[in-house]
Amino acid sequence: MSDTPQQEQQPVVCCGGGAPPPASSRRDFLLLLGLGMNGLAALLVSIPIIGYIFTSFVQKMPLKWINLGKITDFPDGTTRLATYTNPYRRPWDGETAEIPCWVRHETENKFQIFAINCTHLGCPVRWFEESNLFMCPCHGGAFYQDGSHAAGPPPRGLYQYKYKVENGNLWVEGGVIPSLANAV
Amino acid sequence: MKQQIIAQLQKIAVWVDDRLHVTKLFESTAGHHVPKSSGSWFYVFGSGTLLCFVLQIVTGSLLAFVYVPSASEAYSTLEYMTFVQKMGWYLRGMHNAGSLFMVTIMILHMTQVFLFGAYKYPRELTWVSGCVLLYLTLGMAFTGEVLRFDQDAYWGLGIGVALVGRVPLIGENLIHLMLGGPIIAGETLSRFFSLHVFIIPGLLIATISMHLRLVLAKGINEFPRPGHLVKRETYDQEYAEIIKKEGVPFFPKAISKDLIFSAIVIFGILLYAFVLGPQIPNGSPNPTEIDTVPRPDLPFMWIFAVAALLPPYLETVILLVSPIFITILLFLLPFISGTGEKSATRRPAAVIIVLLTYIALGVLTYLGIASPWSPEMRAWTSDTTKAKYIEGRSPLELQGAVILQYKQCRNCHAIDGVGGHRGPDLADVGTRLTSDQLIRQVVQGGGNMPAYGHNITPDQVTAVVTYMASLSPNADQTAKNSTFPAKPPSEKPPASPKAAKSP
Repeated sequence: MSDTPQQEQQPVVCCGGGAPPPASSRRDFLLLLGLGMNGLAALLVSIPIIGYIFTSFVQKMPLKWINLGKITDFPDGTTRLATYTNPYRRPWDGETAEIPCWVRHETENKFQIFAINCTHLGCPVRWFEESNLFMCPCHGGAFYQDGSHAAGPPPRGLYQYKYKVENGNLWVEGGVIPSLANAV
Repeated sequence: MKQQIIAQLQKIAVWVDDRLHVTKLFESTAGHHVPKSSGSWFYVFGSGTLLCFVLQIVTGSLLAFVYVPSASEAYSTLEYMTFVQKMGWYLRGMHNAGSLFMVTIMILHMTQVFLFGAYKYPRELTWVSGCVLLYLTLGMAFTGEVLRFDQDAYWGLGIGVALVGRVPLIGENLIHLMLGGPIIAGETLSRFFSLHVFIIPGLLIATISMHLRLVLAKGINEFPRPGHLVKRETYDQEYAEIIKKEGVPFFPKAISKDLIFSAIVIFGILLYAFVLGPQIPNGSPNPTEIDTVPRPDLPFMWIFAVAALLPPYLETVILLVSPIFITILLFLLPFISGTGEKSATRRPAAVIIVLLTYIALGVLTYLGIASPWSPEMRAWTSDTTKAKYIEGRSPLELQGAVILQYKQCRNCHAIDGVGGHRGPDLADVGTRLTSDQLIRQVVQGGGNMPAYGHNITPDQVTAVVTYMASLSPNADQTAKNSTFPAKPPSEKPPASPKAAKSP
């Protein structure tokens, strides 16, 4: 309290000018203490903030097995659009929780499950059974029925999910948007 | 009595001014002295951009009255705002127009500053802070597009994922950071809402403050005089003399053109929103409805075009490295050419850079809108064939015409302009390729065409090739084998080794 009028009398203490009065060692200490305490506070505040933001940066979400339905829903020799609910669904996800994929049934227990995302820039590829091609509406990428690259800019064939057949049900391992960094 | 009242009022005015420092504030801001030559039509774009920003804050805050930033509800609130809420469509239209105007006027401002050498000594950091504002504004445009949470927003995020996924080592981590999880979902929209409404506007206001503070501290650039070089040793003194000799207070002596331009900008935004309305939400963000043709908003259309036109082997390198390179170049510009000539009339390189940039961005934007590289997904069911490409043909040829349609060839190949434009127009293909070459092209593909070998029977090949061979303006012009062949496209290696086997 008693500091205030003194500060008004000597406003140049910190900024040079004359020689500092001998009493300033206490002030210097308080300044250092203030700076130090706030530095520590900033550090402590940043821990939860960085943790909050970067959880998603470091977190690895494991893929999950999801039931796509009976294999009889996918007749031999056809390629059909299937949808599943994102295993990491949040209540407020709305329609975005529904994830599409292309299921190609070759024979018996042999399937191929392709991600909808074009390997070029992620647009949704469409299946044309007349020409047995997947075509992308964005930059004209095209893929053969087995997912291999047919034409256009995509750097690789379609992403394929792992699958398994159990008790006549087709299961897909999904839950992550595929990209060149993580081809599922 | 009257004099007493006036004296009292004067006293009050002096008191208010003394406590609020209005006069001092005015003298150091709106009333500060600028070179008379800066009261020019070329100097109106900065204030125009700022005006757009203020208007965006007003309209944006009002949109938030109705908008719910939840992935499950955003779309229906958008529809409500557009079709039910009184004047909602118009405010959305103004916000949309304001965004386009802001980006456009900002680019004009940047061009003017570049051509007038205003970034040179001592205004290097004014330029740098302006570059930060450029990135922040584009960030607003992109995050705003995501908030219009429709099909374009969803797949725009998908494109973002595919781009970020190309970053080596930490690509996947960056995707998770961007999406707030492993997949586009509720947390993604909330993240972009926070960016668009809190974080980026906060940074914008802070950086605009710095930008304006620097304009006041370092002065507005005088209208450049050809042949008058900027030297670090002498410029400050020269500028002080200019202000002394021909300095005028910004208000009221140099502000008139800014005011007129600002009013025109507001009229423009009001008119644009009134005539074109808002961007109607383009389908709910349901990824399972794949019958969609995603396109980015106008400011990013050129990137969409670049991604289509780059050769695949260069794509990742250019998409990842060139933004860094361009950023470094932009930020370092005032340190590379910080002194010397300011006038554009004596800086041909600067003029050429501006022209090339404008032409490149213009052409790429046009191509992005036209997207000739995209297949027309419905061409095979809906596109017609003109009578002259049908009539007088044999049953086999007609069968071929049907197969051409049925096998989705039309999605990429137009006949006389009708159909996709990914591949060459087939209206006169008979003059370019012989039957053998056509067979080879259909079966093996190549030159950006898939091989149809596995997906078409030999009979169908015969029919479709017979039809295509008949597509020439008259019979004399059919393609013939030559002893001096220019390489036909079919000589390129087939796209897939498996497809090289004949069916």
